[in-house]
Amino acid sequence: MSAAIADGRVMAGRYLRHVVRAPEEIVIYFSLPIMFVLVFGYVFGSGMSVPGGGGYREFLIPGVFVMTMLYGIGATATGIAVDVGRGVLDRFRSMPMARSALITGRVTADLARALLETSVLVVCGLLVGWRWHLGLGNVLAAIGLLLLLRLSLSCVGVALGLSTPNADTVSMIVFPLAFPLSAVSNVFVAPELMPGWLGTVSEWNPISATTTALRDLFGNPGLGSDSWPAEHALLLAVAWPVALIAVFGPLSVRLYRRLGQ
Amino acid sequence: MASGLHKRYRGGQGATALDGFDLEVPAGIVHGLLGPNGAGKTTAVRVLSTLLGFDAGRAEVAGADVSRQPGLVRERIALAGQYAAVDELLSGRQNLVLFGRLHHLRPRDARTRADELLERFGLTDAAGRSAKDYSGGMRRRLDLAASLIRRPQVLFLDEPTTGLDPRSRNQVWDAVRGLVADGTTVLLTTQYLEEADQLAGRISVVDAGRVVAEGSPDELKSALGADRLEVVIRDGALLGDAAAVLTRITGAPPHIDPDQRRLRVPLLKDRVETLTATVRAMQEAGITVADIGLHRPTLDEAFLHLTARHPADRPPAPPAPPRPPTAAGSTPLAGYSPSTASSPAPSASSPSSSASPSQSVSPSSSASSSSEVAA
Repeated sequence: MSAAIADGRVMAGRYLRHVVRAPEEIVIYFSLPIMFVLVFGYVFGSGMSVPGGGGYREFLIPGVFVMTMLYGIGATATGIAVDVGRGVLDRFRSMPMARSALITGRVTADLARALLETSVLVVCGLLVGWRWHLGLGNVLAAIGLLLLLRLSLSCVGVALGLSTPNADTVSMIVFPLAFPLSAVSNVFVAPELMPGWLGTVSEWNPISATTTALRDLFGNPGLGSDSWPAEHALLLAVAWPVALIAVFGPLSVRLYRRLGQ
Repeated sequence: MASGLHKRYRGGQGATALDGFDLEVPAGIVHGLLGPNGAGKTTAVRVLSTLLGFDAGRAEVAGADVSRQPGLVRERIALAGQYAAVDELLSGRQNLVLFGRLHHLRPRDARTRADELLERFGLTDAAGRSAKDYSGGMRRRLDLAASLIRRPQVLFLDEPTTGLDPRSRNQVWDAVRGLVADGTTVLLTTQYLEEADQLAGRISVVDAGRVVAEGSPDELKSALGADRLEVVIRDGALLGDAAAVLTRITGAPPHIDPDQRRLRVPLLKDRVETLTATVRAMQEAGITVADIGLHRPTLDEAFLHLTARHPADRPPAPPAPPRPPTAAGSTPLAGYSPSTASSPAPSASSPSSSASPSQSVSPSSSASSSSEVAA
């Protein structure tokens, strides 16, 4: 067991070294949320009003945190797909290392990346006028929720990476998957403003749940909706990721084992 | 090492990749697995190196049972080959340190070992560069170095020189020889007869998922029919005389093809000497030689020859179609002869005379159908 943890750590170190040696990848992942902050915060934001009152950028930033976690699926899935497509996985699998290390290492590295990404975004947020209002304990809780979400999305990414034939396909799948999830949510617009069924989807979207929970924890302006998902955002922000982990964790392990058949 | 292995891939066409694969490799030698693409060589290596499960049979590697003790097998083996299995983003050194750490070396020991191996494989200067910027040869060497972090008892080398230039190939070969000198057992898969010849003490020829022949390179070559000396003479009336000359020189009566005015005799040794002696003797006997050459059996022939003994494996060659009428005066096409048809192999053909038409008409290497010759 301790060997498995050690191997996972070595493997996490490998993925983090990739970030250092090929930083363009993480720069691309950063550019997206920062662009969202600029485009929505300044271009469209001036024409938007928050239903419950308050500044649009304060309303927007928690959602951008969440979206950044979501788009991390791409990095996870690509990293895994690249490994599977190359002979290096054969070497790993022919070595006396823990076979779980590839997955645990990837997930650990993802969480470390998520922390880095969150820190950068906090700085960006502060620069454009976003603040937290309810104390450091709440901030830490919010970061905890983000990491939990990232963990679950990392499991989704691993499963995706293991089930696609190559890394190029991954990027073609991830964007069409992630974009609607982020657009049909309460990140930019209140679900009440969408057509009925779309609003319902948006309210129950895991992205919305974590976003609402973050707004509450930071004391940022929210939507003030009294629907069930909005009232129980914190519960959903925990339940959704746990459910995703319960489904995609074992699925990833199954897919990984199947490589040997 | 393996007995009666069966492996059928799921999905796809459900092709049987291994069909009663038997292999016994003594310790401390290079054992070659020779076979065409799709013969099952790589599947065999993947099964034996625990990467792939199998459906039936038993396999034991370095004293450990592959299906029951895969962990123990992995402790004792290493894998290197065709698809240089290194992390492209990491530097050469980072790769070796990573694999060392995953072999549970302490960080410090992993670094020391990495530097030793970089030195040994002439990669010290490139140690800090990303593996993706390495040349093909450097990458293979890094791959080989990575498989030697802990000296393995058994090393699987899957087509280690496919796609390499001759110089890099020689470097890899030297490294493999060095390993065996250190006591490692190497299972080498290759499609190159020459590579097996250079490196392997014993060779198993694999076809259709099973071993169809086994022996030392020399044994195998003689089983394949050895080299052949072929002589074509100008005057068909002198065939008998020419045959007598050849018999005297080689000690074996040649096979005579009167249509072609061709004589053919197997050669086991002194190839070039025999060739020159024959040229001289023919001159002395007043026989004009139109063409003379040494023909080495090619791998294609080897498979034809070997699989021919297992008629169940392959459909029999279709009967030769009727020969098309030949225009008067032109040389009739030769009866099909795999050696001339498929041999781009080094041959000491006389530069002056034109080769017999069959050589230029049918360069086909798929020798199973005579229809290609007649076409």
